[in-house]
Amino acid sequence: MELWLSQLFAGLGVAAVLLLIALGLTFTFGQMNVINMAHGEFIMAGAYTPYLLQGVLGAGLAGLAFGVALPVAFLVTGLLGLVLERTLIRRLYGRPLDTLLVTWGISLMLQQLARDLFGAPNVQVVAPAWLRGALDVGPVSLSYARLFTIALVTLIVVAVGIYLTRLAHGRRMRAVMQNRQLAGCSGIDTDRVDQLTFFVGSGLAGVAGVALTLLGPIGPGIGTGYIVDAFLVVIVGGLGQLRGAVIAAVGLGLLNSFLEYGTTASLAKVGVFAVIVVFLQFRPQGLVALRTRALT
Amino acid sequence: MAALLQITGVEVGFDGSLALAGVELAIDEGEIRFLIGPNGAGKTTLIDVVTGLTRPSNGSVRFDNRELVGRREHEIVALGVGRTFQTPSVFEQLSVVENLDLAANHRAGIRALMRRRRGVAPAVAEALEAIQLSDRADAQAGVLSHGQKQWLEIGMLLVQSPRLLLLDEPVAGMSAEERTATGELIERIAERCTVVIVEHDMEFLRRFARRVSVMHEGKVISEGSVERVRADPLVQEVYLGRSRDRRGHDPALDQQASTAEPPETTEVPAR
Repeated sequence: MELWLSQLFAGLGVAAVLLLIALGLTFTFGQMNVINMAHGEFIMAGAYTPYLLQGVLGAGLAGLAFGVALPVAFLVTGLLGLVLERTLIRRLYGRPLDTLLVTWGISLMLQQLARDLFGAPNVQVVAPAWLRGALDVGPVSLSYARLFTIALVTLIVVAVGIYLTRLAHGRRMRAVMQNRQLAGCSGIDTDRVDQLTFFVGSGLAGVAGVALTLLGPIGPGIGTGYIVDAFLVVIVGGLGQLRGAVIAAVGLGLLNSFLEYGTTASLAKVGVFAVIVVFLQFRPQGLVALRTRALT
Repeated sequence: MAALLQITGVEVGFDGSLALAGVELAIDEGEIRFLIGPNGAGKTTLIDVVTGLTRPSNGSVRFDNRELVGRREHEIVALGVGRTFQTPSVFEQLSVVENLDLAANHRAGIRALMRRRRGVAPAVAEALEAIQLSDRADAQAGVLSHGQKQWLEIGMLLVQSPRLLLLDEPVAGMSAEERTATGELIERIAERCTVVIVEHDMEFLRRFARRVSVMHEGKVISEGSVERVRADPLVQEVYLGRSRDRRGHDPALDQQASTAEPPETTEVPAR
């Protein structure tokens, strides 16, 4: 029983990080149909933000540096995304395969840049004192770091949900992604909406990066390990569907965690991929798909 | 007085052939103008040029003495030009009222858009009433019927109170009653703004048209009242010459043409 509970908790922790990464992709991939392989490197940039801030502020203020890193990482990676959108991706709308190749190249460049700046070996971000230790609930021990990650992700998911469905600004974003031409002819400045969408999607990658520093050491290649899983979450959940992404992330996170127990990490991965392949045979549109009276 | 919309020498080339070959068209304020012509005459392309979706290689489009060519779509909307599309285009994943709200707030800044609003703005409620969708306000636009989507699209223009409306086949695929209701709606709208309608349906044309412009091969070849245009030998030649090899009679000039005849467009869905 304890074993089940602690596996469940571990699975939720993985799911939370996965969801946070997938959430960013819900904007850039789900809404804008841009396959941004450099999303993983935005995560990496986010992860190095608390590391750098801790270096600047000194060991005494490690906790403060970590807290400040959350909004700073959002801004930094958001701006990185904005620069990428303005310089390259803007010219590639409607050509997903080209964006894949271009952003993959960018991703390699950013990884190399990180190696040159921070060195190839992994570094450790000091977790703030208030996130060390664990909460003991009966026989199960829940680490504060994981609890914090889960709470943070829940908060962000709720905020994004409210933004996209309740606020006119979020609806405008969805409108542009659904029908760019009609949006333009309804008086919406589609260029600005594109920029903002990419900014927010990339910024969320940065926040995910900060959360990742709680799970272990970070290195220049940290993003690549997560990016494929995150794309799978978006596809399994249904393109651009927040609810689907949440269900998919939790489902895949738990599946991974339970398969990992008793087998190995790589066997678990094989198992998860196999499940996804079978699932997509039967529901290629993902978990949540919109049904409308389409004309075509 | 200068015309509200003045189109001069507009040319658009697609793959070597000219879709528009020097269009001249002037629409006065307060008019309802019908734009007809065989398929491929360039009617939709002309609307695309006015609304900024297609950039002409030559020519000028002046609206209220301001040049529209070179402006972006949303800037043209802000000047007071609205349009509908040939296939009904609404934001399918948003509700009816959200669609209208979005159109009504197209000029709002980020501060207004980040506030939660409760209730329905008066302009939106009025439009809902006009397009008879009040009881479906919270339905997702994607599940509306074909005709309702087209009405919603018109409603999205109403809330923007434009000065010039360009309607691309507003009654295509509609039933007879829906056509009449749409025609009456358009007449009410036309009391407040200038309307240009691209339409194939001859029954509809006879009933609601006052002035008609006929396009053929990228040019306006005739203009005037329905009777005058019908009597124009050039128009007869275009329609008859074209129709003979297809159906042996001409839908535009055939007095007996019934509404049961399908409109000449590939975009009409089989329903």
